[in-house]
Amino acid sequence: MASARAAADVRTWAPHVLPQMRRLGVDSVPIALFIATFTGIVLSLLSKYIFTGAVPLYFVGALVGKTIMMELGPVLTGLALAGRVGANIAAELGTMRVTEQVDALETLAYNPRSYLVVPRVLAGSLMFPVVTALAVGVGILAGWLTAIHLLDLSTLEFVKGLRLFYRFKDIWFGLVKSASFGAAVTLAGCLMGLATRGGAEGVGRNTTRAVVLGCEAILVLDAFWALVLL
Amino acid sequence: MIRFAEVHKRFGPKEVLAGVTLDIPDGETTVIIGFSGSGKSVTLKHIVGLLLPDEGTVEVDGQEVADLDPAGLAALRAHIGYVFQFAALFDSLSVADNIRMGLARRGLTHGEIATRLRESLRLVDLPGVEERFPAELSGGMRKRVGIARAIALRPRYILYDEPTTGLDPVTSAVIDELMVRTRQELGVTGVVVTHDMRSAYTVGDRIAMLYEGRIRQVGTVDEIRHTDDPVVRNFIEGRPTDRDRMLVEEPSA
Repeated sequence: MASARAAADVRTWAPHVLPQMRRLGVDSVPIALFIATFTGIVLSLLSKYIFTGAVPLYFVGALVGKTIMMELGPVLTGLALAGRVGANIAAELGTMRVTEQVDALETLAYNPRSYLVVPRVLAGSLMFPVVTALAVGVGILAGWLTAIHLLDLSTLEFVKGLRLFYRFKDIWFGLVKSASFGAAVTLAGCLMGLATRGGAEGVGRNTTRAVVLGCEAILVLDAFWALVLL
Repeated sequence: MIRFAEVHKRFGPKEVLAGVTLDIPDGETTVIIGFSGSGKSVTLKHIVGLLLPDEGTVEVDGQEVADLDPAGLAALRAHIGYVFQFAALFDSLSVADNIRMGLARRGLTHGEIATRLRESLRLVDLPGVEERFPAELSGGMRKRVGIARAIALRPRYILYDEPTTGLDPVTSAVIDELMVRTRQELGVTGVVVTHDMRSAYTVGDRIAMLYEGRIRQVGTVDEIRHTDDPVVRNFIEGRPTDRDRMLVEEPSA
């Protein structure tokens, strides 16, 4: 009921969605791309090691593409952002709580859920898929570059493998998952932040809890979507 | 008129308010004094519905705060300015935006908001700080911006939570003058929570002492100054009893 009321208060949350999208999403792109690059490299090298001549080498493209698009791209990006975004939100809102800024919002007739929670959750849900899509692209690119330079695979062979088992579902499955990860991570950050009590120690404690809760939610949701959508 | 009737509030095992009954008449400044941790701020937060009583009632203008729905509570808060102990300014916003925050909810035009902003900062003697951020202000300036944010709303009531705590004596006197001037120029009803007796005597028309969760005595400044109640007398003269020493050593809730 309270959440529905907060969501209906569009006038309060709407102006804050874009700044939050930039802060939570755009500012997280470098760390997501860093992780994706090394994931792509390692996956490429691992697949060569696993196939050991028994499987044609162009399957490297299939393994790298499929794994990054459906699992490692969304999950590793989600976990990295759970640390960065979840901690950021929990620490900010926790500090606002212990310094009475949240109370001040209420006395100025603002609903803290509308002002603080809705724009962050919305921004997270919209921007996690965008960041994940970029990470997937960069991860595959890194896997391809590794394959052609270190595995003696041609670009044509890598692309042949990449297209071999490709289905459009591979893409939207990963993006749907990452949208749910974005909602879970930001919600965990907001809930832990607003529940903070007891000064700096409380802020530290609830920031840690927000990150742990966000990571747990990602792993549970990952299994849930695999059960429901595959 | 603000009316507390047998208000009880408990946090875990500790009963902070144990039957507070107090009438705060319109047009005056009532100062609530008491020891640290005695529940003064808790009392204040009940007036704006930041806390709700476990038992008893808090009424503002005849409306019971606990019975108000979110829209009713927002309407009530539109008439109450709240000055927090550490100002509670929004760190990420400039002084001007801090003050505009409350005004933006009231359907004022840009011109009206600009006028209110200018007038409020003039009233607290802080013209020219509009674009500065809270981190760039001293403690006393932050408190004055907090007062400006509250008075910009043209409230009927202003609640001050420990307005002079942590300030040097001169800055405290400036804040006291400001509270008196605010009442004189805007005619608002004030409720001030403090343990600073010099401030209480300067700004108060009436003083109420909160002790062990109840109102121990209410009276005019003169009545409190010349009270026969030993607890009130010890407090205003800053003379601790053995019992007070023991209470201070107990961890608060």
